[in-house]
Amino acid sequence: MSDVLATEKGTPGTPRTARSAPVRRLPGPRAWVWAALAVLLLALPFYLDRFWLQAGLFAMAAAIGAIGINLLTGATGQLSMGHAFFLAVGAYGYCVLAGDGGGSGGDGLVGLGLPTWLAAVLAVLLAGAAGGLFSPIAGRLRGAYLGIATLALIFIGQHVLFNAQDLTGGFNGRDVPPLNLFGLTFDDSELVVAAVPFGSAEKLWYLGLALLLGGALFARGVLRGRPGRAMNAIRDHRIAAGVMGVPVARYRAAVFVLSSMYAGLAGVLLALVFQRTVPDYFGITLSLEYLAMIVIGGLGSVSGAVAGALFVSLLPQLLTRYSDALPLVSAPGTGGIAPGEASRYLYGAAVVAVVLFLPGGLVRVAARLRSKLRHIPGDPVEER
Amino acid sequence: MTTFAELLLNGISLGSVYALIALGFVVIFRATEVVNFAHASLLLAGGYVTAVLHEDIGFWPALLVGIAGAAAVGAAVEFLVMRRYRGADHSVLAIVTIGVDILLTTELTRRIGTDVLALGDPWGDAVLTLGPISLAHTRIAAFLAAGLLITAFLLTFRYTSWGVAMRAAAESAETAALMGVRLGRVSLGAWAVAGGLAAVAALFLTVFPTPGLERATSLAALKAFPAAILGGLDSTTGALVGGLLIGITESLATGYQSDLAFLGRGLGDLAPYLVMIAVLLVRPAGLFGTKELARV
Repeated sequence: MSDVLATEKGTPGTPRTARSAPVRRLPGPRAWVWAALAVLLLALPFYLDRFWLQAGLFAMAAAIGAIGINLLTGATGQLSMGHAFFLAVGAYGYCVLAGDGGGSGGDGLVGLGLPTWLAAVLAVLLAGAAGGLFSPIAGRLRGAYLGIATLALIFIGQHVLFNAQDLTGGFNGRDVPPLNLFGLTFDDSELVVAAVPFGSAEKLWYLGLALLLGGALFARGVLRGRPGRAMNAIRDHRIAAGVMGVPVARYRAAVFVLSSMYAGLAGVLLALVFQRTVPDYFGITLSLEYLAMIVIGGLGSVSGAVAGALFVSLLPQLLTRYSDALPLVSAPGTGGIAPGEASRYLYGAAVVAVVLFLPGGLVRVAARLRSKLRHIPGDPVEER
Repeated sequence: MTTFAELLLNGISLGSVYALIALGFVVIFRATEVVNFAHASLLLAGGYVTAVLHEDIGFWPALLVGIAGAAAVGAAVEFLVMRRYRGADHSVLAIVTIGVDILLTTELTRRIGTDVLALGDPWGDAVLTLGPISLAHTRIAAFLAAGLLITAFLLTFRYTSWGVAMRAAAESAETAALMGVRLGRVSLGAWAVAGGLAAVAALFLTVFPTPGLERATSLAALKAFPAAILGGLDSTTGALVGGLLIGITESLATGYQSDLAFLGRGLGDLAPYLVMIAVLLVRPAGLFGTKELARV
């Protein structure tokens, strides 16, 4: 098997204790870096303007979704082009469950009027259930075959979004009711903290951070534990995994469900940030973006998913913001290469180049740099 | 009944075009075991070249250049990208083709913009009337051209040394290489053939009654994926049957959509995928695909 798909921590021979012990014993530089990063992330809403906060929130939502698809594609080797569908289920599920019914909202759309936190949880479960419905196929097909089969989800999703007008609002989409958690409403009603006005972006920032941290830790637990070993075994050698007692079909279906729940969560967060959901967004381009994220970041690891999500989702924002200063890129509608297109060129090329030159993605580069800095003789990550 | 016959004939014609695309897809898969997600963009490339050139050099030369262009793009993708990854995991290669697809589609849709490009075909909107049934000339031409190309391809596949080499490579790449089959050349040929077939399909996907080549054409081309997979990815027969099945379903679903109004508008575009899911539920390897057996 190629080492492209090998996980970052995947030196299989190392016993468990030997791997975790040095981390415990050396709370030095690494812990400091994490602490500094945490402080920085917590402090950012006090300094950044709304544009950057929103960009950051998109990146967080993308990171959550990318962790999900990395569990499926990176760790288990099952390709999915249907991730956008599950994002849509999450986003629209939340709107329908939380929207006020009875037409008092004025848009005349169906809404169950549930408490918003409950609606958010149920929307994630709904995405999981949708993934479960697909499990007869998700459990049986492997790799790229599943990728083609999941194309169907995108088109079914688009069809429903455009046609189920009462639920989704059709072409124009529908408004997203703001989340209300423990009496705190995540909308633009002003709340001043330390002389900084807190709007929806600032409040959601902390929610996004919490969700991302929770999602990342959970996925790390899954990957490092027994299920993760089983998933990697399925990816690397399906038959051997089956012989060793891994229920291959059940695992594939279960990972598919888990991955769609991550997508659902990302969808809910995206909906809250956008404050309006439109069907066009959840097309095939979005699914391709998610695949690009995990390839660029690094297949099969949580940190890879996060790194790739940051890269792919911040790139268009950066290009839009600085399109005046960049050569070749021009503002949308002026005939040159629009920022959105420029970023698509870049990440499309990045996908091809990363697999060619940096197998393992951005996180592998980081790992290599780190090991060089520590002067450890011999790269701990085996080269091909 | 007349409507049904018309829809059926239209469906068969459309299906033969899908079969053409699916065939290219299957050829690449058999030669290299790579699932080529960039196939729709190859098609778009061929159509675009034809659309741009037809006013200057006439339709037929433009079509030939378009076919050659798409074949060249396919070969270039193989030579510049896929060849560098030989020996890598096949699912990683599939993702690489997604990257290629992002690049090509972005470039082509940027060039096409919001325009609808005519391909300058000689058939126009002429309609042939046979008793109660009327059929567009373009549909007849599509069926004939696709049938001709598919027959020619299958004969080549069966009787020429290139075809034998390709089948040998599909059977066992290692053995084929030991027997002197040049795998690089086989896969280069597969990509070029697939590109050429896709360019012909592009012509027939964009002629009357469709308005012309536009951004959404690549979405229409995606319907060949379900065609290929429901027939079985490694089976040329499967590609033909799958293509026809998809074409007929789409045509019927579009034709009778007023009777199926409760399912919403645009059902025709969805039908291929529903058929695919239905088939995969019963036969995960597709209708004609070889079930994978492993000896341990």
